[in-house]
Amino acid sequence: MSSSTLNRTLPPGPAAGPVAEPQQAPTLRERISYQVQRRGALAVLVLVAALASGLSPTFPTWSNISSILGNNAFVWLLALAMTFVITTGGIDLSVGSLYALGGVLAARGAQTGSWLAVLLPVVVCAAWGAVQGLLVAKARMAPFIVTLAGLLGARGLLQAITNEGSTTYLVPQGSWFRDLGQGTWTPVLIVAALFVLGWLLLERTGFGAALTAIGGNENAARLLGLPVDRAKVLVYLLSGTLAGVAGALGGSRLGSGVTTIGVGYELTAIAAVVIGGTLLSGGFGSIGGTVCGVLLLAVIHNLIDHYFSQYGSAFTDAVNGGFLAVVVLLQTALSRARRLG
Amino acid sequence: MSSITWSPTAVGRDRLLRWLQDYGVYGALVILLIVAVALNTGFMSASNWRVQLFQLSPTLLVALGMALVIGTEGIDLSVGAVIALAAAVIPLYIGYGAWPAVGIALLLGAASGSLGGSMVAFAGVQPIVATLALMIGLRGLAELMNGDAAKPVVDSTLLSLGENSALGVPVMAWIALAAAVITGLVLRLTTFGRQLVAIGDNRPASRLAGLPVRRVLITVYVISGVLSALAGALIVGHGAEADPANQGLNMELNAITAVVVGGTPLTGGRVRVLGTVAGALFMQLITAVLTQHNVHASYTQIVEAAIICFAVYASRERGTR
Repeated sequence: MSSSTLNRTLPPGPAAGPVAEPQQAPTLRERISYQVQRRGALAVLVLVAALASGLSPTFPTWSNISSILGNNAFVWLLALAMTFVITTGGIDLSVGSLYALGGVLAARGAQTGSWLAVLLPVVVCAAWGAVQGLLVAKARMAPFIVTLAGLLGARGLLQAITNEGSTTYLVPQGSWFRDLGQGTWTPVLIVAALFVLGWLLLERTGFGAALTAIGGNENAARLLGLPVDRAKVLVYLLSGTLAGVAGALGGSRLGSGVTTIGVGYELTAIAAVVIGGTLLSGGFGSIGGTVCGVLLLAVIHNLIDHYFSQYGSAFTDAVNGGFLAVVVLLQTALSRARRLG
Repeated sequence: MSSITWSPTAVGRDRLLRWLQDYGVYGALVILLIVAVALNTGFMSASNWRVQLFQLSPTLLVALGMALVIGTEGIDLSVGAVIALAAAVIPLYIGYGAWPAVGIALLLGAASGSLGGSMVAFAGVQPIVATLALMIGLRGLAELMNGDAAKPVVDSTLLSLGENSALGVPVMAWIALAAAVITGLVLRLTTFGRQLVAIGDNRPASRLAGLPVRRVLITVYVISGVLSALAGALIVGHGAEADPANQGLNMELNAITAVVVGGTPLTGGRVRVLGTVAGALFMQLITAVLTQHNVHASYTQIVEAAIICFAVYASRERGTR
């Protein structure tokens, strides 16, 4: 199956899909709702950033921007992976725990050598993701519950490795592994490269098209002869791997394996993906949208830190929750408007 | 399900699986109790059971609401945040007395439930995202209302609700038991209960049959919110402090686990109240047994994860009809 069969970049129209029945040209309303859904996050991001730059002289400075980028970049990989999983109609709740596990394993591996610091978390988290994928694809268990168990289990494994959190592994000074996460440019370039690869994989390859087809209608995809089970296993494997990579790089930036981080990161990742316009019901995923989603959340977080720091992170949570609610309501209303024409 | 047809060759395996689905949790509970008593004869002592019941009751209350929501093919992730919200408002209104404070907490629980329920029923948002937004937002709100530090609660009525016993059993446990009995009766004997299960089984068909789908959905989420707020009030009373930053954390996971281990399928259309009670009890007791025998918390957590996986694996045939 080639990607052109599932041409998702065009608005639904006569040439858009393999639908046999005759369709009318998209109405103005359809086109507007489609564009809002696809570019909504970008528009809001530009708006919020412009507003912030106008109101606050410190917002557009390089030091502020570099702190937004450098401190958050690794966590964004979780949202990248989540985009793939959600596109297939699944969900991966284990990424927050795997992120923390990756960080600790990296710090543990760094005791031996920098190569092990990179390999150990990636291999372990990839294996963890593959097991989850097998349970989802072969045993036909609900992704929600499999990865929920994964969330608990990975946290437990992490506690077991660190003697219930009492051992903290430090990354030795002077190893090249430590340099991976420092500064602004290295993290941002690594993450940007992975996002570009992710975009190519999801939106420009047959594999990505297959994932989208599975999320749209799994039975139909199976009847078309797509390797549904294999694709699902690969998607959870990818998610675990990226969580491991993110965790390893995070551990490199922090210089130690912090056992308490990562709690609730899966929820932030899901929020960023949904805000970016990817449908939680599966069948449509947009890496560009996810980029806008993570940036938007990061900018809002930064603004709240700046203006409402007296209320602390609780205020950020309240705003994020409200924002997510508004976005999903809007998204559902838009897709309904499109369906009804 | 009665629609399953049996092929002669697969009868043995299918019958075993079916038995596991229906009675597995009770069997596991009995085995666990035997093992626990064999390892430590003091396990059946009244004092140990009192401790277990104190910890079990709030989880069970939340799990009952969760079972109803899951019965409609939904999920409610906001329950932990509603507990935090209840913990945040109780100190604010405790000056008017315990009952008005608890009443306001329950009202807020109902408000949160109706908000999530409306998003699901009217806007057609998937339950997991609708309640995820509430989960993130409401805990933030609760922490904002409370400020940084945990507040002590000294109201004697509320404390007695959380600490006292009647007939040797904690009041909390009586409340949870009453809630379980009422939930079971509502499901079996009322139109609402029938409609709930029908909607979970096949929503389009229920709508075509003229059932009040939206009203039932909203009611279910309101019930879940109210039960969570009640659990929050009991937790505050038991701990004698209100700590929205920590109370009710991971409650959604514990509740979902109890429901799933109890044999309620995540695909809706079936609610097992007694199974949910047994599931909550099983998870509580297995944690207690492992902790009492000095198994590290990390391994306990891994065991819990494995149990969830096994429970879902055993119940999956029913899910993929």
